[in-house]
Amino acid sequence: MGSPVQGAVGPVAGQSAGVDKAAPTRRGTELLLLGFAAFVVTIALMLVEANQEQQLSLRIVWYGLAFLGLFGVAHVAVRRFAPYADPLILPCVALLNGLGLVMIYRIDLAMTEKAIRLGREINNDVPKQILWTTVALALFLGVLIVIKDHRMLTRYSYTFGLVGLVLLALPAFLPSVIAPTINGAKIWLKLGPFSVQPGEFSKVLLLVFFAGFLVSKRDLFMAAGRRVLGVDLPRARDLGPVVFAWAVSLGVLVFQKDLGTSLLFYGTILVMLYVATERAVWVAVGLLLFVGGAIVAYNLFTHVQQRVANWVDPLATYADAGGGYQIAQALFGLGTGGVGGTGLGAGRPDLVPLANTDFITAAIGEELGFIGMAALLLVYTVLALRGMRSALAVRDTFGKLLGGGLSFLLVMQVFVVVGGVTKLIPMTGITAPFLSYGGSSLLANYVLVAVLLRISDAARRPQTGSRPRPVPQAPIAEAHTVMVERPT
Amino acid sequence: MQLTRAGFLALLWLFVLAALRVVRSDLYAASGLRVAMPGFRRSAAGKVRGKVPRQLVVTHGALAGTRITLDGRPILMGRADDSTLVLDDDYASTRHARLSLRGTDWYVEDLGSTNGTYLDRAKVTQPLRVPLGVPIRIGKTVIELRS
Repeated sequence: MGSPVQGAVGPVAGQSAGVDKAAPTRRGTELLLLGFAAFVVTIALMLVEANQEQQLSLRIVWYGLAFLGLFGVAHVAVRRFAPYADPLILPCVALLNGLGLVMIYRIDLAMTEKAIRLGREINNDVPKQILWTTVALALFLGVLIVIKDHRMLTRYSYTFGLVGLVLLALPAFLPSVIAPTINGAKIWLKLGPFSVQPGEFSKVLLLVFFAGFLVSKRDLFMAAGRRVLGVDLPRARDLGPVVFAWAVSLGVLVFQKDLGTSLLFYGTILVMLYVATERAVWVAVGLLLFVGGAIVAYNLFTHVQQRVANWVDPLATYADAGGGYQIAQALFGLGTGGVGGTGLGAGRPDLVPLANTDFITAAIGEELGFIGMAALLLVYTVLALRGMRSALAVRDTFGKLLGGGLSFLLVMQVFVVVGGVTKLIPMTGITAPFLSYGGSSLLANYVLVAVLLRISDAARRPQTGSRPRPVPQAPIAEAHTVMVERPT
Repeated sequence: MQLTRAGFLALLWLFVLAALRVVRSDLYAASGLRVAMPGFRRSAAGKVRGKVPRQLVVTHGALAGTRITLDGRPILMGRADDSTLVLDDDYASTRHARLSLRGTDWYVEDLGSTNGTYLDRAKVTQPLRVPLGVPIRIGKTVIELRS
């Protein structure tokens, strides 16, 4: 007999035999959908080429096959190292990444044309992004191989937390030679020819830390303090983590002028706290702190005021430096696209500054229209949905928290960037996961997906219960005498 | 030109629908321990099998939400590690009660527990037939059979 099974682990032990035969790995579905995703991406590339009046050739089919091959490797790795992982996560990621590549290529074409016309040097992003995708998939593989069980992450949760904090804070304290200020934010590290955004990685690391921390200290937050007006207020000293998250977010905002990461980080931790304790009062406290922080930040920092002004009326500050030009252009683009879009390669997404990073959703909205944009958002939703479902089904609290947090992080990123582009919330400048150009974001998000796959594998894997499978027994008269170990 | 534009959008949506199809098929896929998904399961399972109990659901107590698929083998409940449903309940005995299948009906019997087993309001002293949806109370845990 194995270790004592407690609570929720117990029920499965007695019926492992019944589950075994009915637990499909669904890897075939995954491969099929991957093929579909590769097909969609190839067609997209073909349309771009046709609409941009490039010559159509068999070359595109090769690109498509190479894309499929790349994800085929990932698929084989999943088959090998996480056979019960969710079948939808990888194809969704492949589709988003592929369409992102096509879009970046499409913007490259427009930029090249412009560069030739103006006689400037041509700077193509798509080869770099393809390289990053390959590196990211390698990292994805590495994470799948190294992390055999997501629970082993708990052992390093404090280390991860520390590393995450250091990475987050690093660019703010390094001299400008290594950490230049790009587009108003000091979040980059320049290492030779590459620039890295360490904050992207720290998001995932800090999430792991918080999941581990909340699991071990969960009871503390459940303890109620005084009752005021029928609401159980938490004790003041338990406010620690919220205040910590709040302080870090504010620090990021002050020292690095990075609204997006700050918002993302705070929102995710608030949700994790809520998931861990099931108490809405934490959300209320967090939102109050958020409102307070937002008001203080608005009054103290001009860059926050500027963002808000651009959000309230992008046309009023259209001509100012750092004004609403970008958002206004994105809105014009979305308006041009309308419901059906202009067609891939037939719009002018290059008129929006930063069209291939923060504003890639504007480019997609212009060329694929509302219908295409809605489809892409649904793909994101499906991705997060599968993550959440895995989190629900996984049997350990740490896995639940981590899975929920990672899935939420994904949708929160989409919300912040799409909300910014469509003028629902002030533009905060983060990348759209998997779509945008940017190595750090891609690498971090692939790590995120690898961990999610690992959790979903644990959730769907049939239990090899602590009890051996019942073997058909011989009739009692014919049975031999055997020694039976007494269960302890 | 217009055709390719609409065609690509249709293709994109086809992908989404394919993904959602997988989500749908997965809802009913067997997995030992299932998180309660109110609304979804009952209608689907009910259509196929009618009124035969197919799963045991814990409705109250520490294990609330746990479901066990009934496969004909008896279900042992108690604090012992090798029970089918391991109760972490101060009011439950080590071997508390057993659910077993006789013919097409499930019967509950008390295994000499300290605090007793209750079918609805009645104390279980001999094996009693368990109808669908009638609560069985063991300590602070309440379970019932569902189709």
